[in-house]
Amino acid sequence: MNRTATQPFTGAWRLVRLALRRDRIILPVWIVAISGLAGAVLASYSGTYTNEAERADAAAFGASNPLTRVFDGPASGTSLGAMALVEAFKVLAILTALMSAQAVIRHTRADEETGRAELLGSAVVGRHARLTAALVVTLGANLVLGVAVAGLLVANDLPVAGSFAAGMAAAGMGWVFAGIAAIGAQVLSTTRGANAAAAAALAIAFVIRAVGDLLGHVGDSGVVLISAWPSWVSPLGWGQQVRPYYQDNWWIAGLFAGLTALLVVGAFRLTSLRDVGSGMVPPRPGPAHAGRGLRSTLGLAWRLQRGVLLVWAIGLVGLGAAFGAVGKSAEDLLTDNAQVAQMFARLSPGADVIDVYFTVLMAIVGTAAAGYTVQALLRMRAEEDTGRLEPVLATPVGRHQWLASHAIIAAGGTTAILALAGLAGGLVYGGMTGEWAASTRDVLAAALVQAPAALALGALVLALFGLLPRESGPLAWAALAAALVMGQLGAMLDLPQWLLDVSPFTHVPRVPAEAFSVTPVIWLLLAAVALGAVGFAAFRRRDLAIGA
Amino acid sequence: MEHVIETRGLTKSFGRTRALEGLDLTVGRGEVHGFLGPNGSGKSTTIRVLLGLLRKDGGETTLLGGDPWRDAVALHRRLAYVPGDVQLWPNLSGGEAIDLLGELRGSLRRSRRDELVERFQLDPTKKCSAYSKGNRQKVAIVAGLASDVELFLLDEPTSGLDPLMETVFQDVVHEITAGGGTVLLSSHILAEAEALCDTVSIIRDGRIVESGSLAALRHLTRTTLHVTTREPLDGLETTPGVYDIVKSDGGYTARFEVAADQLGAVVEHIGQHGVVALTSAPPTLEELFLRHYGDELATLAGNGNGNAKPDGAARRRRGGAEASR
Repeated sequence: MNRTATQPFTGAWRLVRLALRRDRIILPVWIVAISGLAGAVLASYSGTYTNEAERADAAAFGASNPLTRVFDGPASGTSLGAMALVEAFKVLAILTALMSAQAVIRHTRADEETGRAELLGSAVVGRHARLTAALVVTLGANLVLGVAVAGLLVANDLPVAGSFAAGMAAAGMGWVFAGIAAIGAQVLSTTRGANAAAAAALAIAFVIRAVGDLLGHVGDSGVVLISAWPSWVSPLGWGQQVRPYYQDNWWIAGLFAGLTALLVVGAFRLTSLRDVGSGMVPPRPGPAHAGRGLRSTLGLAWRLQRGVLLVWAIGLVGLGAAFGAVGKSAEDLLTDNAQVAQMFARLSPGADVIDVYFTVLMAIVGTAAAGYTVQALLRMRAEEDTGRLEPVLATPVGRHQWLASHAIIAAGGTTAILALAGLAGGLVYGGMTGEWAASTRDVLAAALVQAPAALALGALVLALFGLLPRESGPLAWAALAAALVMGQLGAMLDLPQWLLDVSPFTHVPRVPAEAFSVTPVIWLLLAAVALGAVGFAAFRRRDLAIGA
Repeated sequence: MEHVIETRGLTKSFGRTRALEGLDLTVGRGEVHGFLGPNGSGKSTTIRVLLGLLRKDGGETTLLGGDPWRDAVALHRRLAYVPGDVQLWPNLSGGEAIDLLGELRGSLRRSRRDELVERFQLDPTKKCSAYSKGNRQKVAIVAGLASDVELFLLDEPTSGLDPLMETVFQDVVHEITAGGGTVLLSSHILAEAEALCDTVSIIRDGRIVESGSLAALRHLTRTTLHVTTREPLDGLETTPGVYDIVKSDGGYTARFEVAADQLGAVVEHIGQHGVVALTSAPPTLEELFLRHYGDELATLAGNGNGNAKPDGAARRRRGGAEASR
């Protein structure tokens, strides 16, 4: 009698076709971009290292250098493919995980939030059909991505087996994060919450394996890093342990598939336990009257923004503290190895290795903090798009006043996050070395000096919001992704200097490795003010862009 | 009479769709003005232009003596707005949302606010994410109507309200006008407009096609008479101004419509036959409305299978509907 109870997957195939229709542009763009990036890194790598001796030097450096251990993962020998993949895998894996998590959430939680799921649920559609369709499409997209990556690597004259192992590592990462997102979409009642949970899981996976690789030891050959156990606890670590073109550990595909299956089964269990539309955490009643703090535009903006700020602050303080905690072992590794020390000296002549270490790491924290800036500012677009801004602007609240209240919180929040992350890194490192004052001051400075660059990127988001409201979301994230790629892979990809100069993070003074220089900071702040002014002026002059 | 709202030849396009094509709307002080039209005819677009949320392409607009775009902030101190499809912040309680919107406007009367929460039977401690559409609508209504302002712009305010709450809403609007407030009420519920409005404007395809007091508009259409006489009613068919005659009871009883300007002559004519019973029904707003939309209704009825191509006008309207959402 009750078809949906006995046939929980009824209608899934139709929903798969619906999802493919909705994603016909976004998924192919992701796949082309990710696999294209893999091809580009490889092409530039083969240009940089032309002979075996050069590669051996670089691999030995990568195996012993704590920075490359933290960011690139375990060195895996001197073959061209293996070295290029070590360099590129982190970006491939992060992008693949984001693609997968967003796709699953787009077809599950986002549908429930907008009420589309209710409409679908009233049709002849089984309880598990929507999640099934989301997973089929996402897992399938990852298979296509894996084959595309492998194809591009084979086209670059690399061995076929290793190329497919590399594709498998990327796709496996995507599978696991599709599973994580499926769980998040059941537990959390908002799209933003589910996306944030997936991003947090990604950050944790990165930090765990970074610790594992940092604590590992160099193999007898001198060009291979044997990772410590934490690397095997993280799905990102598994992807790196596939070690394409070196070991081609195909059996790790089993780890990926097994964890994905566990996560998916868990998500289906959760679907059976809850109602359509709700999360696992029921909403609590709130106050009958608004408190003092909520009775202004700034108060409203703070209320809307504080959750996001808190999550990012916790995440980046954790990251800063982790960098501080491994600072001491990084320093020991660096001073023990003459070759690496030499390399560092070339990077910033005359600087202490630990100063260079914090300079480089806080640049990462700076780019991550810009992620907060972008997300906080795009909240304005969400307010406008859903129609929640309309009744606010129908009161005597000026558009500039409303825009300013969000901009103030985003700017203040960015600065606060950087200060806290720098403070955490400095205090933890200080605690391990006993040099409290000096290290806290240096690391805090290294973090805070990132703020003008993050604010300049934020001001670009303001300008986009004013000029191109409907496109501002994708464009803002694309700008951040471009800054990330330029900062992390810019040198490797041999990008021309003028292009690197477009990224605000290129201009950040290299504190504490080098002396602070005020000129670039002033230029960054001027750019921020100019772009921000464009945003304010354009928003005052345009129609509200409500709904799609 | 002073005009609270006045637009002359107002135009607004969204890309290639023209939402307003020369709209002339006048609302006098103290009126409850019904702004009537089906979905997508341009009602919400007009109100958003009046609020300075959209920028007009052409024409003149005056709101409370100011320019809605340039003087938006100053004008908004003197008006309250209730949107028809209210979206609220999911993590705020209903009470918080009411206070927030009221405090931003700066003229929330707290006693009135608590009274309206009570009368609309709203639970202000629930989170906005847990409200049904009707309850979200109540939040916007309370936040708007508890304000001490001159002008109320209500854009299909009762969509989603149950009939009991609709009665409460009508009482509250009567209280507002008794206090001298002006109301622009956009609606497609004609019974509601009939119960509340002194004057109405009917909009079609971004233009006002009929405007005036309800009494004057009634004059433009026909009254229905239901008559029983002692002698058979003859000569009705040839009397000018009589339409749609339905006779029964062997010709002693008849129901027919009479043009307003011929009513006197017709009553005189039936008087000669010895009237036993007579009821007269004034024209309803629905009949007024159908004068302007009757052709469309006929088209829809004629193509009842739903597969027929819409005519050009209907297609234009559909485009307008998408743009105004």
